[in-house]
Amino acid sequence: MAYVAVKGGERAIDNAHAWLAETRRGNPDVPEIGVAQIAEQIGRAVDRVMGEGSLFDRELAALAIKQSQGDLIEAAFLLRAYRTTLPRFIHSEPVDTAGMAIRRRISATFKDLPGGQILGPTYDYTHRLLDFALASEATVAAAPEASHPVGEMAHVHSLLRHEGLLENDEPAAAGEPGDLTRQPLSFPAPRDVRLQALARGDEGFLLALGYSTQRGWGGTHPFAGEIRMGEAVVEIIPPELGFPIDIGDITLTECQMINQFKGSKTVPAQFTRGYGLVFGHSERKAMAMALVDRAMRAEELGEDVTAPAQNIEFVLYHSDNVEGTGFTEHLKLPHYVDFQSELETVRRMRRDMAAPMAEVAQ
Amino acid sequence: MDAAADPPSPGLTERQRWMAVLARANAAELAALLETVPPLPAYRRLRGPESGLVMLRGRTGGAGAAFNLGEMTVTRCTVRTDDGLTGHAYVAGRDARQAELAALVDALLQDATRHSAVQQAVINPLAEAQQRRRERDGRKAAATRVDFFALATMRATP
Repeated sequence: MAYVAVKGGERAIDNAHAWLAETRRGNPDVPEIGVAQIAEQIGRAVDRVMGEGSLFDRELAALAIKQSQGDLIEAAFLLRAYRTTLPRFIHSEPVDTAGMAIRRRISATFKDLPGGQILGPTYDYTHRLLDFALASEATVAAAPEASHPVGEMAHVHSLLRHEGLLENDEPAAAGEPGDLTRQPLSFPAPRDVRLQALARGDEGFLLALGYSTQRGWGGTHPFAGEIRMGEAVVEIIPPELGFPIDIGDITLTECQMINQFKGSKTVPAQFTRGYGLVFGHSERKAMAMALVDRAMRAEELGEDVTAPAQNIEFVLYHSDNVEGTGFTEHLKLPHYVDFQSELETVRRMRRDMAAPMAEVAQ
Repeated sequence: MDAAADPPSPGLTERQRWMAVLARANAAELAALLETVPPLPAYRRLRGPESGLVMLRGRTGGAGAAFNLGEMTVTRCTVRTDDGLTGHAYVAGRDARQAELAALVDALLQDATRHSAVQQAVINPLAEAQQRRRERDGRKAAATRVDFFALATMRATP
């Protein structure tokens, strides 16, 4: 039975929202948090909301986090809703991640890569002990600087490519890439659409699926060929100018997974690759995305499709947390008429079952 | 966000270079620097400033076919000065004042009689500050470069 709308409760709703606003503010004796403080000091949450909200704007993501009391899925939902109020002017030229200003670049496969292993501002190698010093305010010393800045760094996978040991990137397609915000998903979904869905997909969902491939559910024996994070230039070609202009930088995290592939009758043995590209400093998400991207290429690479992560339809229909929260949370809206009819059905079934049993008893 | 990025590559035209600098300047910086180059011509807005979206694209595997990564906010503005010069700006984010001032500076820099004064008073200091930030971040990154010690070397040490 379809959902039947009910009316009423306006005053209760208004009062609930007033209490929500008061609760959001918390104890008024504690200073109110500012959007700029969230953008500066809760940066990883801002990155996650921008990614899953599919809108790069630090201030808006910080505002959404404040409004949602730090409920990051609610915040992503707010960003998705806001973007529908803005016109789309144009698309960018594909960002040149090889040319990004590197803040972090590591490889788990090549120790002595050109440019070296750049750790950047990482939580790796920390002891995961709570730092009680942070509970009180203190001045933080500036990070040390080397005498020379890092330069541009070629992608690690370009080092193996000339030997043919690693598959090449797909050539640029002639047409426009698919766009989930304009056309609904359809299957079989091509890789461009899959990557768009993964880039805005839920980090927890992709982490669990990526992890499942490591535990044998569609295993591809991955290596983190390269993870890089930094600022990439955004270029557009406005029609009124007719030449590319640089409109600013975005922070991106990119992950290149290198996976085993035994080869086939037509393709000699070589490594295949999975790709992750995510807004902000979001390394876990970029790695999970690359694992799941590679898993979803199983059919294309002639592997058996047996595991959830390899099932394109399953992954893409469930990766979006805004859709998932909408359908899951709608269950708490009034279903009174719906449930009433089911109640009647169950009562009737019990009556029908009880009647013949009563006859038998006689 | 840190304004770190690649320095403008040498293949760019002069106009592309100043537009890149203006895109990374905030409204307050621009307004303060423009104070130092009076008198400015009157101008009117032909379009905007208006905020909208750019769909960002990436490449599969980093160098393959393009895909849509997600959107970003952008603000654009077009102005015309009373001298008849048209300036355009597209800047990341939602700062209408920045976009308007960037469009004005774009128009001013196309005026041969004002170009060098505006370049020196507005663009050069901004470009230098942006370059300093890029280099500072690049040096911080370089300070986190790992130096590996080969085990053989360590064993050789008494």
